[in-house]
Amino acid sequence: MPNLKDLKNRIESVKSTRKITKAMQMVAAAKLRRAQDAAEAGRPYAERFNAVMAQLASGVSGDSGPKLLVGSGSNQTHLLVVMTAERGLCGGFNGNIAKLARVAANKLLAEGKTVKILTVGKKGREALKRDLGDHFIGHVDLSGVKKLGYEDASRIAQDLLSRFDAEEFDVAKIFYSTFQSVISQTPTEHQIIPADFSDVDTGEVNTIYDYEPSEEAILADLLPRAVATQIFSALLENGASEQGARMSAMDNATRNAGEMIDKLTIEYNRSRQAVITNELIEIISGAEAL
Amino acid sequence: MAEMMQFDLVSPERRLASVQASEVQIPGAEGDFTAMALHAPVITTLRPGVLKVVTPSGTDEYLVTGGFAEVGAAGTSVLAERAYAKADVTPELLEDLIKEANMQRDAANTDMAAKYADDLVAASTQISA
Repeated sequence: MPNLKDLKNRIESVKSTRKITKAMQMVAAAKLRRAQDAAEAGRPYAERFNAVMAQLASGVSGDSGPKLLVGSGSNQTHLLVVMTAERGLCGGFNGNIAKLARVAANKLLAEGKTVKILTVGKKGREALKRDLGDHFIGHVDLSGVKKLGYEDASRIAQDLLSRFDAEEFDVAKIFYSTFQSVISQTPTEHQIIPADFSDVDTGEVNTIYDYEPSEEAILADLLPRAVATQIFSALLENGASEQGARMSAMDNATRNAGEMIDKLTIEYNRSRQAVITNELIEIISGAEAL
Repeated sequence: MAEMMQFDLVSPERRLASVQASEVQIPGAEGDFTAMALHAPVITTLRPGVLKVVTPSGTDEYLVTGGFAEVGAAGTSVLAERAYAKADVTPELLEDLIKEANMQRDAANTDMAAKYADDLVAASTQISA
């Protein structure tokens, strides 16, 4: 039978855990709203941009296009950009992205490709370090960033593009989590180099546009921006997903703590009652013995 | 009364404007032009400059640093890398932007970077005037 004092301590400690998880949940809820607003504010730009890119890209035929669109001609070296959160305690969020990336990496390795990994966010790095640590070529730390800006995405894109120019890789994919709802985030992989706009809905019927300067020049100018834009929207989605995942994880934790407190309280009361009963028995049997 | 068209100005971080406009003056990479309703469909890249939007309630000005504009049947949309409403443009902001452009020019030493910096300086005098 557990000691009454121990039980009491246990209940107190679970209660303070519940307070912490409750607070974290509320903080995550507030941050989620902000992250969602940011994701929504970024959507019109990304949508228009991708629509225009898709239109431009469909006009490019054969291998004559820019490298960013048609690829470097080989598909030997793959760069995986794994975007995760800087902090844990958000359920399966980081783990799911890392898992998707690990599966992809192992598949590529099995095919005899070279795999390079660039991590964005500390947690993904930690998760992949043990089995894929040899493939790391860089890490982007966003822990100091309070509010995600386009500049952050732009910096990552610059890094990617200079590596691409240096022919460090042929294909780049980003791994992140798309935000469906507070309880559901889907880990997603998306190819950004060479750019893939095949799944973009161009919307209206193909209008014949005049291009100024030439179509190729615009494409050459916009493709690097497209990389940044895609990274930016992935980061925003990730931000919202992270907070959503944390919110539901902390909600669960709070509920579990509540259940645990109830159980422990019942046990505590029982033990106390047992002690009282014992004492009574002792007194009564003592009195009877007289 | 001139015919109206839908005008959108979006940056990666937010939508700056979504209004009915009668004309939009766009600093295109190959020269400025004014888009009005029923303009022929055009896609052009932008140079740093001042974007003027004429609406029934007045003229709005924005400083844009680059990006592209799409003029289509549905209206005009400008997707700017960075855009600031005229009211938000402070001398400090301009200074920062120009400093950054100059740094890029010194680092890259290409015609493009130099043109970017020059355009930006021109735009800044235009908007602060």
